[in-house]
Parts: sequence; structure tokens; C-alpha cells
Amino acid sequence: MIAAIWAWLTSPESWSGSDGIGARLLQHLGYSALVVAIAAAIGVPLGLWVGHTGRGKWLVSAANAARAVPTLGLLFALALWVGPFIPGKAAFLVPSVIALVLLAIPPILAGTYAGVEAVDPAARDAARGMGMRPAQVLWRVELPCALPLLWSGVRSAVLQVIATATIAAYIGLGGLGRFLIDGLAAGNYVQTAGGAVLVSALALVVDGVFALAQKVIVSPGLTGGGPAGSGRWGRPRVRREIVLAPGKPGEASGVVPTTSA
Amino acid sequence: MIRFDAVTKEYPGGSVAVDGLTLTIPTGEVTVLVGPSGCGKTTSLRMINRMIEPTRGLITIDGTSVLDLDAATLRRGIGYVIQHAGLFPHRTVLENIATVPRLLGWDKGRARTAAMDWLERVGLSDELAHRYPAQLSGGQQQRVGVARALAADPPILLMDEPFSAVDPVVRQQLQAELLRLQAELQKTIVFVTHDIDEALLLGNQVAVMRVGGRLAQVDSPQDLLARPVDDFVADFLGRDRGIRSLSFTGMPRLPLHSERTLALGERPEQGSPRWMLVVEEGQPLGWVEPERLGSGAVELSDLNRSGVVAAISASPREALDAALSSPTGRGVIVDETGEFLGTVRASDVIALLEAERATS
Repeated sequence: MIAAIWAWLTSPESWSGSDGIGARLLQHLGYSALVVAIAAAIGVPLGLWVGHTGRGKWLVSAANAARAVPTLGLLFALALWVGPFIPGKAAFLVPSVIALVLLAIPPILAGTYAGVEAVDPAARDAARGMGMRPAQVLWRVELPCALPLLWSGVRSAVLQVIATATIAAYIGLGGLGRFLIDGLAAGNYVQTAGGAVLVSALALVVDGVFALAQKVIVSPGLTGGGPAGSGRWGRPRVRREIVLAPGKPGEASGVVPTTSA
Repeated sequence: MIRFDAVTKEYPGGSVAVDGLTLTIPTGEVTVLVGPSGCGKTTSLRMINRMIEPTRGLITIDGTSVLDLDAATLRRGIGYVIQHAGLFPHRTVLENIATVPRLLGWDKGRARTAAMDWLERVGLSDELAHRYPAQLSGGQQQRVGVARALAADPPILLMDEPFSAVDPVVRQQLQAELLRLQAELQKTIVFVTHDIDEALLLGNQVAVMRVGGRLAQVDSPQDLLARPVDDFVADFLGRDRGIRSLSFTGMPRLPLHSERTLALGERPEQGSPRWMLVVEEGQPLGWVEPERLGSGAVELSDLNRSGVVAAISASPREALDAALSSPTGRGVIVDETGEFLGTVRASDVIALLEAERATS
């Protein structure tokens, strides 16, 4: 079985053509990117607003509760209700995108909100007290400090969307889900299993890319790392100063090194 | 000059944080607001830069009401230091210090130059410039907080319990640094603390506030200790007021006694006094009892270091402490470089103080 899956995954025929692995992979990535982009465009500003103003916290709870709705059921419902009003191929695309966006918003919203919420109140107070306007506090302090949690919200949304985008194939769309659905329908379990492997691999690779991106966009000051090239933590600085106290053994009398804090 | 004129801050629900505060904060001096928690001292401070808006009354800076100025513009012209420093964790030390200059629109180069300058002036090494706040100790963070507040050289500095979250040793260093900086800069500083000793040490003027946001007394540290207006102020000043007031009294010329000294490795002669002072290259190291020397020669391990050493320029309190803490009852007095000058007895200090009091 494993050998058969490996053979399918590595054969050039499986990769070529408009229904080959290459094309399906790109479709899958395309759907996922579109969905995460829309979800981020909604979830990030909303999360920033809730975190910055402290208002509308119920939105975050409601979004989290909405995670209980099964995406597959939602997809069918949307396809039946909304589909007939949309012309052409979009009749299938729009319900899938909506269902997946609803899946992706909660982690992004919750991550963004939690990130802003977790900003040190003293830093926020100092920012205001030094004369930053509310928008400057948001962009220069709250958003950069919220990035680690915001970004992990995005990463978890990306993982979920890539894994769940397979269901779009149920209502006739492409993507890697086709291999699973068609494989099941045709009893081609090699193809089904191969599709599952591809989805997992794609999710892992994309998550890896996002993890690397995190290193670039998140300040090292927030992740405990030092500035590039330093790699060491602050040493207490030793300074010699006159201290009016008897000397210590082995040192010039009356002068003891004091650690300046 | 900052003036509070019948300023009241009431919160919805009727709780009163500050009640009819009238206070003049002179330019170029340190005014400390001190009082128990809930006395409205922080609220009063935060009303100066409009972090909190007064309900009634007028706050003016050099005659202009703070409410007539745009809040953000006002704040950029006033240094602000808070308890936990509140450094921006995602920015390096240098970027933190350059915050206000950048907000004021200075170009990057000028802001960086100013930031480097202030980093040094608050006693930090330029090695720290590119570290992040999480890599600094609490004391270092607070110094960066002070540098950040001073970076655009504002005439006024608001400090809200800036040293209360660091350990006592570091706090003392920071207080000394602040006094040194202030001697140089002569800013108008409003300093909030709940620690009366800190207030007496730092303030040119100390305003004691009581719970309910009312001002109890404003005076110089000396006058506060000498003439508390009521029991609340007297209690808040605490015990040991007589001793503590010696920190602020000028020291008359001390009558110094000479001492027979020994150097390390030296053997005392027969018939030496019970205690002798060990001095090496002019610097006092400690006392020894010649009779108890094990090997006969003075070694570091023979030294008694219990005595505190006071500088000749120190306050009567320090001179007295030197005498009282010394195993011989004779306090060691040194000059500014730590060189041994002579010893002083507690009775000498007391006699001087009493003579002083009799004539004043």
C-alpha cells in the first residue's frame, strides 16, 4: 500500500495535466490564501479594535462559540441557500469560501485580541503619557507587541483552512480534496491516501514558511532573542567608584567594585 | 511654575480622588507628592499632563491652562517616568529613548545622537544601546525610562513612583543618580512616592497628602520634620524624626582625634592601645585588637569592619552613625577621596549639635 502511494506520488503522470497533483496543489493553495486573506482582513481589524478599546469582547466569545458549527454542514447549507442566487461557477466557490472564512476568523480574531490585551499596561500608559495619539499607540505599540499572538492565530487558521479546504471538492470545486473525494467514489484508495498525504505535507510546509516569516516580522525583543550577532544577555557592568567603606580583601582599600544596575 | 488652583477630581459615582488641591510647584526644583495609598497623589500628577482631566479647578504651567493645549502636544513637552518603566518591549534601548524626539519630528540621526547622549548621562554603557528591554535588569530599565523621559530635554519631569519596584540597593543608587542629574539639569520635577524617606531625601519641597485627596502640609524637608502641622503628618513622618532630621542639618566643623594606626603585616609594639586602626596607603581598612592578633602581624582576617566610615562633608547623621557603629565608639572620618583624616566621638557630635541649637 505504502509503496503504491509512493509510486502514485512520484509518477510524472500524477503530477501533469489540469487534474494532476501540480494543478490541484496550486488550486488548493489559491483557495486557502484567498480564505485566510479575507478572514485576516476581517479578524485582525476587529481584534485590534476590541483589544484597543476594550469594547465588544462578546464578539470574541461569539466567534469562538461559532467554532462549534460543523464546517461541512455549513457548506451544504450555504450551497443550498446562497448557491441558487449566484450565477456560474461562483455558485460553488462563494459558499465554500464563506464556510472556510467563518472557520478561519475565530483563531485570527482571538489571537489578535489576546495579543493586544496582553500588551503591558505600563507600556501603553507610557506611550500615551509621552504624547502618542491613539492611532500611534495602536500602530507603534499595540500592534507590534500583539504580533506574536496575532501571528500564531493566523498560523492556526492557515492549518485549519488547508486541512478543511478539501471539503470544497464535495460541491464540485477543485483542490487536493478532489483526490480524496474522487478516490473514495472510485474506490481508488491509493489516490485517496495519496491526497491525504499531500494535504498534510502542504499544511506542514506552509506552516514552516509562516514560522520563518514570524522571525522576520516579530521584534526579537518580544521573543527573548537578542539583537543579531550579540547572542548574549546583559552583563552587569562593573564600575570602579569610591565607596566610603573599609576595603575588602585583595582589593585596593576603600575602593570596591560596585555593580551599577 | 506649575500651579494647582482648587483642583478637584471626582469620579462618576461620587468618589473623590483629589479634593480642592491648591499647590505651587516652583520651577527648577523637586516637589514630592507623598502620602498613603488612595491620597490622590498619582491622580494629581497625572492631571498635569492630562492623563486624567480635573473635574473642577485650574492647572496652569507658566500661566497657561493645560486644558488649553492639545493633550498629545502638551505631553510631548513633559517628561514622564512611571513605576515599571513601561519600556516598549519590541524596541531597542536606543529606539525607546528616541521615542519623543521622533514624535516631535526630529530626523533619525539627530534623535539617535540625543538618545546615545542620554544613555550615557543616566549612567548606562553604550553597549546596551541595541539590547531589548527584556535583557536589562530592573534598575537598568528604570534608568532607560529616565533617559527616555529626558531625551527631548523637556523643562518638566513627572515621575510616578519610579523607584518603588526595584530593590533597596538599586533604589539608593537611582536616587543618588537623580540628585546628581538634577543638580546638573535643574528641571521642574514632580515626584510621587509613598516612601516618606524618599520624599525627604529628594524633595526641595514635600507635599504630604491625606486619604480623600486633601493636602495636609507643604514644606521643606527640614520644616516638615521640625513642625508637622497635625497628628496625621507627624504619624506619617514616622519615628526617629530627631535622628532623621540630622540628615538635613549642616555639619559644624568636627573636632577630629588622631589615631595610632597600623599597616597590614605590621607587628604592634608592646603596650599598644586596646584597638588600633589599620590604614593602608592612607585608606582606612578596619580596626584590630593588637592583643588578639594570632600570628603577631596584622592580617586582613584580623580586621573588624563593623564601623561605618563617614566623609568629612557628610551630615551629622552619618558622623553620628560612624561613631555609634564603630567597635571603639570612635567614628572614622575620611576626605572625599577616602583618605583617613581622624576619628570623632558621638559625644562630640551631640555637643556640637546642642551648641548649634542653643545659638540658633
